[in-house]
Amino acid sequence: MSALALRAGRRAILVERRTLTASAALLTALAGLALLGLCHGASWATPGEVLAALGGSGDSVVVIRDWRLPRVLAGLIFGLALGVAGAIFQNLTRNPMGSPDVIGLDAGAYTGALVVITVFAGGPLLLAAGSVAGGLAVATAIYLLSSGGGLSGLRLVVIGIAVSAIVTALNSWIVLRAELEVAMAAAGWHAGSLNGVDWADLPVPFVIIGTLLVVMAGSAHAMHQATLGDSVAAATGVGLRRLRLLMVVVGVGCTATVTSVAGPIVFIALAAPQIGRRLAGAAGVPLLPAALTGALLLMGADLAAQLLLAPESLPVGVVTTAIGGCYLIWLLAKEVRRR
Amino acid sequence: MISPEISRTLVLVAGLAALAAVAVVSVGIGAHGVAPAEVVRALVAFDGSGDHTIVRDIRLPRAVVGIGVGAALGVAGVLVQTLSRNPLAEPGILGVTAGAGFAMTLGAALGLNVSSSAELVLAGAGAALAAVLVYSVGRTSPLRLVLTGVALSAVLAGISLGLRLMVPDVFDRFRFWSVGSLAGREKDPVLLPLLLIGLAVVAALLLARPLNAVALGENVARTLGANVSRVRLAALACITVLAGAATAVAGPILFVGLMVPLALRPLAKSSVPWLTAYAAVLGPILMLVSDMGSRVLLPTGEVPVAIVTAFFGGPVLIWAVRRYGAGTL
Repeated sequence: MSALALRAGRRAILVERRTLTASAALLTALAGLALLGLCHGASWATPGEVLAALGGSGDSVVVIRDWRLPRVLAGLIFGLALGVAGAIFQNLTRNPMGSPDVIGLDAGAYTGALVVITVFAGGPLLLAAGSVAGGLAVATAIYLLSSGGGLSGLRLVVIGIAVSAIVTALNSWIVLRAELEVAMAAAGWHAGSLNGVDWADLPVPFVIIGTLLVVMAGSAHAMHQATLGDSVAAATGVGLRRLRLLMVVVGVGCTATVTSVAGPIVFIALAAPQIGRRLAGAAGVPLLPAALTGALLLMGADLAAQLLLAPESLPVGVVTTAIGGCYLIWLLAKEVRRR
Repeated sequence: MISPEISRTLVLVAGLAALAAVAVVSVGIGAHGVAPAEVVRALVAFDGSGDHTIVRDIRLPRAVVGIGVGAALGVAGVLVQTLSRNPLAEPGILGVTAGAGFAMTLGAALGLNVSSSAELVLAGAGAALAAVLVYSVGRTSPLRLVLTGVALSAVLAGISLGLRLMVPDVFDRFRFWSVGSLAGREKDPVLLPLLLIGLAVVAALLLARPLNAVALGENVARTLGANVSRVRLAALACITVLAGAATAVAGPILFVGLMVPLALRPLAKSSVPWLTAYAAVLGPILMLVSDMGSRVLLPTGEVPVAIVTAFFGGPVLIWAVRRYGAGTL
């Protein structure tokens, strides 16, 4: 396989040619899906109308720019965030099943968001903060409970599942306890949904996710060194403690921010890194293909959720759960056959 | 010095007494409280007053349903753990109850749920299919088995939710299948499933001695004269009936089948017959206590009982992974 060296000033990164090709193909597919997402709705708009509306002319400016565009953008950015979060945790746990949704970080973030909604009636910023706090609390709990077994292995995953069950029960209890109106709003995104996302919901999460992704991009190389083994990483000058802390914060931050707006959308973070990795033909679990695949999966799932029962719109989490769960079973079955 | 048989019998009698006490208290607790003495009076000398009618027509049937479901899940847990020799196994976690619930939802979508016996057949078929699927994928390690079960439950839950959203009117009645609950179940015909549960519990008790031999390993069991494959098949049939009937009555309830055998291991030592008998008593106690919790945790209305058992059961699963899971990594 041939590799290209990209240079910018004193920095240089080595990129596999196939990774570049795959990323370009993913980007093209994303653009196509985004256009499809803007065209599709209660009434079909032709691509020409969509482009005109984005430019500010035509009859359907309000529909396209104010109703459909936020949803498509949310699918794109949240998908990127979930894909990256999944890649981070699969690198940390060195296990394709150790993704944030399986071990209950989504559920924890959802608890944080629920507490903010029911107790403080807070805005987007407080909501994001509550989600991150909830996600970090669950991550800490899982880490402490699986101590002795290390970060890797199925043990951490199963402990995560148990924590997730407790937290999910807690979430249901909070929703049932809450007053009807609050409960209705909260139950709307119980399964994870992009229905009703509008511009007002988006600036805060986009800024948070953007910052986290930029920070993580700076540490991507160190992350790949770390997957080669602790001693190799240390020998090549990677501060493992700092790196792992950073990875956990970025991973939880991305998952929690998405959850604070859209609810727990599960299984994107599980599937995207592995699919992306195979598309890119890369060793390890690289971030960029994971992010792009995550966006593709979420946007695709959201379109499917709108189409399946049209004119009713399913929560996108229902679609991702059904598809992602099948993927997880396949993953397990494949490992059994290999033995 | 008391012989082990006698001390084990004494424990069983004490368990039964505790179950009776819990049952009386649970019949008294709810939106309208009834004193335990009044509960007993309603049972032995019914006088038609409001309290007595509540006890006899609503609370008592509910307690009976709880006892049946608890016994079914507890005994099924013992059978699953013994059969798979896996301390983390449980019909709920392994997706067997989810399979039963999904089969009933699907049956309702296709109009197959014409009678309560048809529902039972659906639930049993779903439970059996899920058990076979999960076992064939996850049999290599206890943790893998758990993970497969959780994944299957997630898929089935997602599809069920989609189905319910598609046909909201039809599925309103079946909403509770996503989260197990005992609320309002006393109004439905539950005689048949409860009867089946009773038969399956008896069958499990009869099966316990040969299962004890199988638990020692295949070769030992053959030497002891047990027909291994026949015992396994019979145990699987019992699990299917127990999990299917319990789910048909109350919806999917997780963790009861996990907690009961784990709690009883120190008491029953390694005797499967005693473990099964104890589970038939402790399962109902746990179920009734959880059901009481489900009635008092909210100022008005009820929490589904499956949420209460998840509160209790999650920590038990974590403890079990830390205690038993380490050797299998």
